[in-house]
Amino acid sequence: MSNIPETGRTRRLTIRLVVLQILVLSLLATLGGRLWYLQIRNGSEYTAKASSNQIREVVDPAVRGEILDANGKVLAGNQTKLVVSVSRTSLLEQKDHGKAALGRLAQVLGMSPKDVADKVRLCDSKTPQPCWNGSPYQPIPVTDQATTQQAMQIMERREDFPGITAQPTAVRQYPGPDGANAAQVLGYLSPVTDDEVSKTADKTGKDKYLPSDQIGRAGLESVYDSDLRGTTGVDRLQVDNLGRVIGSAGTTPAQPGNNVVTSIDSRVQKVVEDNLVQAMNDARQQFDTETNKNFVADSGAALVMDVHTGRIIAMASAPTYDPNIWVGGISAKDYANLTSQDSNYPLLNRAIQGQWAPGSTFKVVSTSAAVAAGYSLDGHYGCPPSMTIGGREFKNFEGESFGEISLEKALEISCDTVFYGLAYDQWMKDGGIHPKNPADYFYKTAHQFGLGAKTGIDLPAEVPGRVPDRQWKQDFYDANKDAWCKQAQSGNNDFQTQVAKENCVDGNVMRAGDSVNYAIGQGDTLVTPLQMARIYSALSNGGTLYQPQVAKAVVTPSGQLVRDIPPVVSGHLPDDQKTLQYINQATAGVITEGTAAWKFAGWPQDKIQLHAKTGTAEVYGKQTTSWLATYSNDYAVVMTISQAGTGSGGAGDAVRKIYQALYGVDDKGGIDNSKALLPTPQTQLPKFNPDGTAILNQASYATGSWGYPPVPQPTQPAFAADLAATEPRAHGRSRV
Amino acid sequence: MTSSYSSLRPLRFSPQRGPLARALAKDAPLRRLDWIMVLAALALSLGSSLLVWSATRGRDSLTHGDPQYFLYRHLTNLTIGLVLFGAVVAIGHHRIRAAVPILYLASILLLLATLSPLGSTVNGAHSWIQFGGGFSVQPAEFAKLGIVLGMAMILASRVDSGERELPDDKSVLQALVLAAVPMGIVLLYPDLGSVMVMVVTILGILLAAGVPNRWLFGLLVGGGLGATAVWKLGVLSKYQIDRFAAFANPKLDPAGVGYNTAQARIAIGSGGLTGKGLFHGSQTIGQFVPEQQTDFVFTVAGEELGFIGGLVLILLIGVILWRGCRIARQATDVFSTVVAGGVITWFAFQSFENIGMTLGIMPVAGVPLPFVSYGGSSMFAGWIAIGLLQAVRTQRPIAG
Repeated sequence: MSNIPETGRTRRLTIRLVVLQILVLSLLATLGGRLWYLQIRNGSEYTAKASSNQIREVVDPAVRGEILDANGKVLAGNQTKLVVSVSRTSLLEQKDHGKAALGRLAQVLGMSPKDVADKVRLCDSKTPQPCWNGSPYQPIPVTDQATTQQAMQIMERREDFPGITAQPTAVRQYPGPDGANAAQVLGYLSPVTDDEVSKTADKTGKDKYLPSDQIGRAGLESVYDSDLRGTTGVDRLQVDNLGRVIGSAGTTPAQPGNNVVTSIDSRVQKVVEDNLVQAMNDARQQFDTETNKNFVADSGAALVMDVHTGRIIAMASAPTYDPNIWVGGISAKDYANLTSQDSNYPLLNRAIQGQWAPGSTFKVVSTSAAVAAGYSLDGHYGCPPSMTIGGREFKNFEGESFGEISLEKALEISCDTVFYGLAYDQWMKDGGIHPKNPADYFYKTAHQFGLGAKTGIDLPAEVPGRVPDRQWKQDFYDANKDAWCKQAQSGNNDFQTQVAKENCVDGNVMRAGDSVNYAIGQGDTLVTPLQMARIYSALSNGGTLYQPQVAKAVVTPSGQLVRDIPPVVSGHLPDDQKTLQYINQATAGVITEGTAAWKFAGWPQDKIQLHAKTGTAEVYGKQTTSWLATYSNDYAVVMTISQAGTGSGGAGDAVRKIYQALYGVDDKGGIDNSKALLPTPQTQLPKFNPDGTAILNQASYATGSWGYPPVPQPTQPAFAADLAATEPRAHGRSRV
Repeated sequence: MTSSYSSLRPLRFSPQRGPLARALAKDAPLRRLDWIMVLAALALSLGSSLLVWSATRGRDSLTHGDPQYFLYRHLTNLTIGLVLFGAVVAIGHHRIRAAVPILYLASILLLLATLSPLGSTVNGAHSWIQFGGGFSVQPAEFAKLGIVLGMAMILASRVDSGERELPDDKSVLQALVLAAVPMGIVLLYPDLGSVMVMVVTILGILLAAGVPNRWLFGLLVGGGLGATAVWKLGVLSKYQIDRFAAFANPKLDPAGVGYNTAQARIAIGSGGLTGKGLFHGSQTIGQFVPEQQTDFVFTVAGEELGFIGGLVLILLIGVILWRGCRIARQATDVFSTVVAGGVITWFAFQSFENIGMTLGIMPVAGVPLPFVSYGGSSMFAGWIAIGLLQAVRTQRPIAG
């Protein structure tokens, strides 16, 4: 027991205990101070960190708008497919990180376990494709080709497939109404690149690309991408430290994209596509006496334009491909095939990207130029079998000779020597090889007709063609002079070296041969079928050059008008009305008496007047390009086939068939309006049901007498409706 | 009053009073308890059950699907702790003092058992003994009690017997050797946090015992040199160095300790003045803070109850320490003073270390917050220590 009295505590101990108390309580004061610093002084900073800590955004892709034809039929739409996706976050919660579940999934889908595992791994710098480059919180699609039975297996045995879902999802589809393909006009989609994602990172709304986005890469899909692409919805999820979802912090619903109504008529499109292919096949059966082999007919284009608006009613390019090949990601093999020389580049839209010498279809330009230069429409001009200009002999086609003829007759029978003479005359007036203030009527007129420049159509990657005027000659000479002069010194004696020798000396000078060749659409002139359709439309409508357009309007998914796309006048032909009438008369004569008459025998010209100009363009080292540029009071139809012989021979039958379909004319010339696909151009936008589907009340091409079977609409999986209440609006907008 | 006065004697000679009257008599132990301290400890223990509940109710992997699992177990631990507290008070200061050698040896045996196949490793420290049914014991908690009691016995023996006015060098050396044994074992686990608490507790004991200044300064300098040597010689594992350094710079170990530190700081910092409300802390619900019901339990208070809640918690600890200092000052023998001083230092430093690491001013070390952290051993040791302080107080003669 203590024997130190209560008051006997040593002084040292008392001081020590006070020190201890001060130390102990100062520790607590330190904690209080630090707590104030964190919570009160820096509280807002940590509040912000806490909220960013726990919010993860999951995107809900917007349903892409549809591309509709003039009657509201779906050219590019969305199909409900059964997409099997895997949630990485729930895989990671499983003991084996989902290995067993993925194994079972592979078995059900008939894929190898490795393929499935590869698809759901995350991309990084060391991981090659396939891998997922989207958000790890986003369900990762494994396949969009699941069958109903596979989906049932997955959804009914949830316990065997944790984190795996099979849901109907909208994927892009090109249903090809009435059998129309229009692949190059419609274009295609592909996923955005990492580069594009980072470039738009600081934008908002639909301007900001998300890694899961698909965007239009060609055709209308590309030009109207911002209309078609809706606004992606965002689910803001609260997650815990392992990324498991513990609540919602708000949802921005996805806004579906708007629909684009085009002037394409799928029925006419089908006719144009089929007849282009038919014409090419026919040409391949024809023997070419020049090259001693059948025509190759390697490629071609055809289009129908509404002459009063410049709108495209049909546009076909051959060779073509199935646009559905892009859906769900194109395989490397398919892509290589589409871009190889063997397939002859079916991705090209040759109506706007193919450029050929126009041949005699150019003579309407030359005629206008001659009038501008002061030559009388009433005059007569010599049409000898050949002319010698600049030491070279320029012949008429097959050496024809017609004596003194009018310009009208010259157009009708396509007499080259008349235009040679006019062009040579002008060339001399402009100073010959020593030009003095040249008037260059023939070149100026070509520019006034819109050649050598893009038409401005609402399709991407249009080419401008070429008017080989003096400026171009100089530019071309500057660019190639060195190469020409080098080849000239090679000592060879072939044709190319001869040309190179000439060019090396004075390749920048417009020679007489250049000018006369040019006047008949030969030489260095290049035009696109679209440019010619625009010119021939202007001839039909009294001289107005329209900016060609495929889209007519943008409408909401339920059919309300968002924006009208009115016709745009972009120029006028330089011709006066008298000249236009003169040319109209001449081009009508081509049908009745001229170069196309043998193909249009029996056409009811008195009821439906057609106009045409044939063209047979020579190409060095190849067979001739077949051109047929035509118009009625409503439409311009232009067909071009590479290496297919003469204009009328190569394209005559096909173009006639197109007119027959448009106006309901039979082979003998009888007119049945009930069979006419489009006796007058469509001026109204389609009417839409409240659900956004178009109301169709017209004669259907597919049920007509043309022999093309109707294309069945793909049917939706019967059980899909059971799986998801919020199913994206289905395909099959227009039930035919 | 007389020097031979004994606190329990009057009760024995009051047979005429009933049990209730006796229990509530002016000089009865219940009346003589320091209720302010006991209630503060009780408030901490009960209040913390809500924090532990909030931290664990969503952690299905720990709770086996029962959100109240940890709430019930925390309250069970508290109940057991209160029973132990009552027992210590009832046994009384003198009998405990007599039993110190046995208690000390028992704590050493328990520590050694951890190193046997009975022990298990949690968070890199082999400092647990697992029993069946999810029941486990962390012997280091009881070793702290052993050190306090053992050192108090040795340092006080010659002073309380009146031989000397202050502890002599021999006693100090013996006391240090006695403390070094359990510390050495704990260092083998290695449980650096507990060793840290023990070192500071030993310094507090020496301070309270009135040992010569040269011992205190000698130990401080020696400790500093030793720590430097340990650091330089690579005795510590990388895990321990990371844990130590990342409190100041979370980027040193962003996926490990740095993550804990950063998330704890975000949780507390985002609590603001009044907190997000109990069960409404996003960091807590999202389980961003690891070990949140044990070592990082203060983050729940900081996030959900805010600055006010955190301050109340610190103040309650402050009340215990303040009343403890009072008991130490009023103790009539050196043994009591040293026990009180040791317990105060232990609680104070352990609380400072625990809360300090969640606030990012102390290195991360696995020590529980007394009465608040979930864990039986800590709760039991805490209430036994409170019991010791009360036993020290109740044996003191009543003034007047």
